[in-house]
Amino acid sequence: MNEASASTARRLLHLEDVYKSYGDKLVLENIDFAVRAGTLCSVVGPSGCGKSTLFRLVLGQEAADSGRLFVDGRPIDGPAQDRGIVYQRYSLYPHLTVIENAMLGKTLPAGFGERRRRAKEWREEAMQYLERAGLAAHADKHPHELSGGMQQRVAIAQALIKRPKILMMDEPFGALDPETRENMQVFLLELWEEERMTIFFVTHDMEEAIYLGTRVVVLSQHYTDDRGHGPGVKRGARVVCDYELPSAVASTKVKRSPEFVALADEIRRIGFDPKVLQHVTEFNLRHPDSFQTLQPEEARGPREAA
Amino acid sequence: MADAAAHARSAPPSLLAPLRRNFLLGLLPFLVVAAVYFFASQQRLAENPQDKLLPSLAQMADAVWQHAFQPDPRTGDYLLLADTWASLKRIGIGVGLAALAGLLAGINMGLLPKVRMLLSPFLTFLSMVPPLAILPILFIALGVDELSKVALIFLGVFPVIARDLMMSTAQIPREQIVKAITLGATTTTVIYRIVLPQVLPRLIDAVRLSLGGAWLFLIAAEAIASTEGLGYRIFLVRRYLSMDVILPYVLWITALGFAADWLLRQVVLRRYRWYVAGGSA
Repeated sequence: MNEASASTARRLLHLEDVYKSYGDKLVLENIDFAVRAGTLCSVVGPSGCGKSTLFRLVLGQEAADSGRLFVDGRPIDGPAQDRGIVYQRYSLYPHLTVIENAMLGKTLPAGFGERRRRAKEWREEAMQYLERAGLAAHADKHPHELSGGMQQRVAIAQALIKRPKILMMDEPFGALDPETRENMQVFLLELWEEERMTIFFVTHDMEEAIYLGTRVVVLSQHYTDDRGHGPGVKRGARVVCDYELPSAVASTKVKRSPEFVALADEIRRIGFDPKVLQHVTEFNLRHPDSFQTLQPEEARGPREAA
Repeated sequence: MADAAAHARSAPPSLLAPLRRNFLLGLLPFLVVAAVYFFASQQRLAENPQDKLLPSLAQMADAVWQHAFQPDPRTGDYLLLADTWASLKRIGIGVGLAALAGLLAGINMGLLPKVRMLLSPFLTFLSMVPPLAILPILFIALGVDELSKVALIFLGVFPVIARDLMMSTAQIPREQIVKAITLGATTTTVIYRIVLPQVLPRLIDAVRLSLGGAWLFLIAAEAIASTEGLGYRIFLVRRYLSMDVILPYVLWITALGFAADWLLRQVVLRRYRWYVAGGSA
């Protein structure tokens, strides 16, 4: 472990030297980064770059081929209650009502007796979350009776009642129409302002990533290193840039401001354009929680900055 | 003018008309069959009053009266009641056990790939065996009592239900299960609180679909070796060409099947609104 990684090992989420492949295809290559508590960290990258794979690794749904993954200093070993999830779909249980879904995090681990005893208390707590999501009136409906945006609000309430250390979201607004999507982005930001929880937000939508994130991590397979591009070199996605962004809730109009557009263009060029190949030593990883451990063959000697 | 507009349409309007329930239209085939039957019956009976092939309504009513409301002189039983009870007991136990075993096997196969690999080929094989072909084996192995009849229904119905539930369990998105674990579920709670409640309406539907086959197996088994039961009775009186008994019995069996189907459908409609709505969030 080098110096950089030692200083970030105390971060809430810490990934180091993480590799993941499916069969012959290397998906994630030497992923390094850490996330500090209270960060709204969005992860963006071209489609198929391995964002969802990274999500599943952090979740513990799949194991990395190699590397170290920690949540709050503990190695990740399967999905657990310290990481709540909101998926794009299938987050809610169709056979339960909205309020039953919202209080599931309380009722699911409890035995029959405790469930009977504390049902009222839990219901009230879940109701508070639903009220904040503007869904109190729909508590006794089933998910299929709600619109897509409402379903995602319930899914967020359902995850939050567990007070997870990290709220993990995988394209949570990807199936919504543009207007609902913006409303949900504002809703999530307001919620984050109040709670300052740690959110790991995976999306392929650049504007969404920049608008929401207090930090944007860009994952991409378009880069180069000292191994070149010979036939034997397998290349998976890695963190190619990492930005710290202002954390204030802004109107969605900010998406049209020049700075916003410029940043989006820069990320698109670096991360999404297959012809732009940065060398691994040139990555913009100036975020304080960012670090990089390179293999000797990836960067053989000290290089001049370009 | 209106005609010209109608001709201009490419599809005939009747194909595009909204589907409205039309009770009378549905009744029509029944009325036609009944009319043809009673006309033919009347013709035959006019020629030969002893004719047994197409009994009149009065003859059938008399037979129903004898079987349903008069105790049998030999046993003192009300035959229709005793037959119905015997048959329903067999089909109920057979289908009930098959549903229970199918639920257990289906959920385990749907959730656990190892169990699926273990059981799936055998279950496929079992579902391909025509159940009636193994009836003799059952009679030889289990005797001609109740057990072999229940076993026939079980063997005919179980593979269908198990495969159906395996598929609906496997269709539950993986995300739901991972999410349940992050909400604090264990393997047991995933099965009992997430999977089971979601496949229960599917189980009822699978039972509804398999009831037709179950009646077939029941009647076949009763026809071959039994001393009571609806199937036994119609095959018994066949020897005397007693169409006046057979026809009401067939209608009665149909009514029982229809009632069972309707009842199960009502349970699903009332208790599982989310399932009927195709709700998958």
